[in-house]
Amino acid sequence: MNEDPDVIIMGEDIAVAGGPWKTSEGLLDKFGSERVIDTPIAEMGFMGMALGAACTGLRPVVEIMFVEFLGVAIDQLSTEAAKFRYLSGGELSVPLVVRATTGAGLGFGAQHSQTLESWFYSTPGLKLSVMSSPQTAYGLLRSAINDNNPVVILEPRSLFANRDEVVRGDEGIIPLGKSRTITEGTEITIVGLGSTVESIKEASKEIKFSTEIIDLLSLIPWDKESILESVKKTGRLVTVEESPLTGGWGAEIISYISSKCFNDLKAPPFRITAPDTHIPFNEKLEKKYIPSVSYIKDSINSYLTTSEVPLAWWENGNG
Amino acid sequence: MDRNINKSAIDRRELLKTDPVEKLKRMIEIREFEEICFNLFAEGLIRGTTHLCNGQEAIAIGVAATLEVSDYVMCTYRGHGHALALGMTPKKVLSEIMGKKNGSMNGLGGSMHLSDLSIGLLPTSAIVGAGIPIAAGAAKTAQYKKTRGVAVSIFGDGATNIGAFHEGLNIAKVLNLPVIFICENNLYGEYSPLASTTPVTDLATRASSYNMRNYIVDGQEVDEVIKIVSEAVEYARNNEGPTFIEMKTYRYSGHSRSDPATYRPEGELESWLERDPIELYNKSLITQKVISEQDKDTIIKETKISLLEIKDIVTNLDEPEDHYLFQNIYSD
Repeated sequence: MNEDPDVIIMGEDIAVAGGPWKTSEGLLDKFGSERVIDTPIAEMGFMGMALGAACTGLRPVVEIMFVEFLGVAIDQLSTEAAKFRYLSGGELSVPLVVRATTGAGLGFGAQHSQTLESWFYSTPGLKLSVMSSPQTAYGLLRSAINDNNPVVILEPRSLFANRDEVVRGDEGIIPLGKSRTITEGTEITIVGLGSTVESIKEASKEIKFSTEIIDLLSLIPWDKESILESVKKTGRLVTVEESPLTGGWGAEIISYISSKCFNDLKAPPFRITAPDTHIPFNEKLEKKYIPSVSYIKDSINSYLTTSEVPLAWWENGNG
Repeated sequence: MDRNINKSAIDRRELLKTDPVEKLKRMIEIREFEEICFNLFAEGLIRGTTHLCNGQEAIAIGVAATLEVSDYVMCTYRGHGHALALGMTPKKVLSEIMGKKNGSMNGLGGSMHLSDLSIGLLPTSAIVGAGIPIAAGAAKTAQYKKTRGVAVSIFGDGATNIGAFHEGLNIAKVLNLPVIFICENNLYGEYSPLASTTPVTDLATRASSYNMRNYIVDGQEVDEVIKIVSEAVEYARNNEGPTFIEMKTYRYSGHSRSDPATYRPEGELESWLERDPIELYNKSLITQKVISEQDKDTIIKETKISLLEIKDIVTNLDEPEDHYLFQNIYSD
């Protein structure tokens, strides 16, 4: 916002209150109410307004308090913003950023805890990334604001309490569409996204094999080359998703990679996901719902030991 | 061939402001253009769907004659008339409707998706009401950049029942945006008469709940349209906020290609035809001695001839090649 006066931000309680997640604290004082805009509770309205502003010369950053609230704005995002360049015959650009918090783990119940990448996943025209750390939050957001397309950045709110040094400026920018390899290894490629990246890192400490951990970071577009290269090397692939099994992003990754390097695979790829159910409020059950560090560790150890895909916990009859 | 039909979009727009006869000609152009579209659909030469605007020409011409090309317009899938009025050439519009490569979207959009930034026409949306908050956003840009530009959102009566209408008008008023909401109340939302879907007959009353200045206008009288839209535009340019204008009008055709409009009460269409916008304006110009009694028929004849020529040209134009499938999905 310092560099470009065309960047404005808008959302519910982001100005005077500094944001429900305090991600815009101090911005109103610094940049004024023309650029830091408290909106009515009307996601369809202000998403449409952001689109209109984006395609006529501003670079709006919209904050959505909980990703579920995009449900009432999905027309403006998927049917309008994602298609506006196309519908203008290439005359318009839509430099629009939508930040939305996601994920379970904080006791917000069934309607404030989902990840919902799948809502946006099959929408050409959008870009979609998920942050997994303070640095990726900074680096992806900077890229998104610089991008001339509508970009959705999902932010797992269970990570908001994490603190880390952040490299700022151009050096801290993380390109959209690129994954990051967290650890290099030779026996298995483990792909995580958002909140599961930390869980995988934790789990890998007790996995007695050489793991290559990749933070996917972006879903549209996703880093096909890096994942493919990694799996050709390791011969094994597992995705770890916080979202429900059916329709999750891991299915797309595994489908693509399997058909591209089937002969390099040493064992069937598989997915670790949440079950196909709603997210419970009860703390014990909510922890059960999210793929835990021990569940990830046990599943992968079993897989690497037997070369068989382990059953999901709810398939074991002990759910 | 009519001298205007080959002119650029911007020139066509400018002519509207200065020349009363041009307004008549261009209303006739819209009427005849829709007739050609209707026939092309009937002959199976255009696929998909189409939403004709015959009967509503005075609004399209009145609005276009009032705005600058630097102002923004969001309109709906009933957009042939607005696109032509704002300046797009019949050839460009028909090319898009027929799926030709030289259409405004290279034939990838069709009847419901016309756009031309050179005259401020943002992509027409095929989702009822969606353009309302988008226009508010274009107005936000104008307000923020202090361009004195305005944005206009044009939509039908049915759109006043969808959430985007409420959210868009509410935000526009709260932020005092330079936007004009123009509701073409043609008495039917798709196949349903207004009374069956809407508890008020004067939709302008809805703007009162946003404390928004509002007007009811006879949408069949082009000079009335110009008068009130001009006032609203002036308010907006002076940063006095948004205005809602309800245009009372009537759609001579059904909702879309597949709708013969058999639900209309007997005599309704005929009574509206007695207040036909082209005929009303023609009489006005004759009374003012701007044109003679015979001029209108001559204009109609010339327009028909030139549009039929264009139809023949467009029919034989190239279709987009396969690689167009992948263009304009993302910006660099």
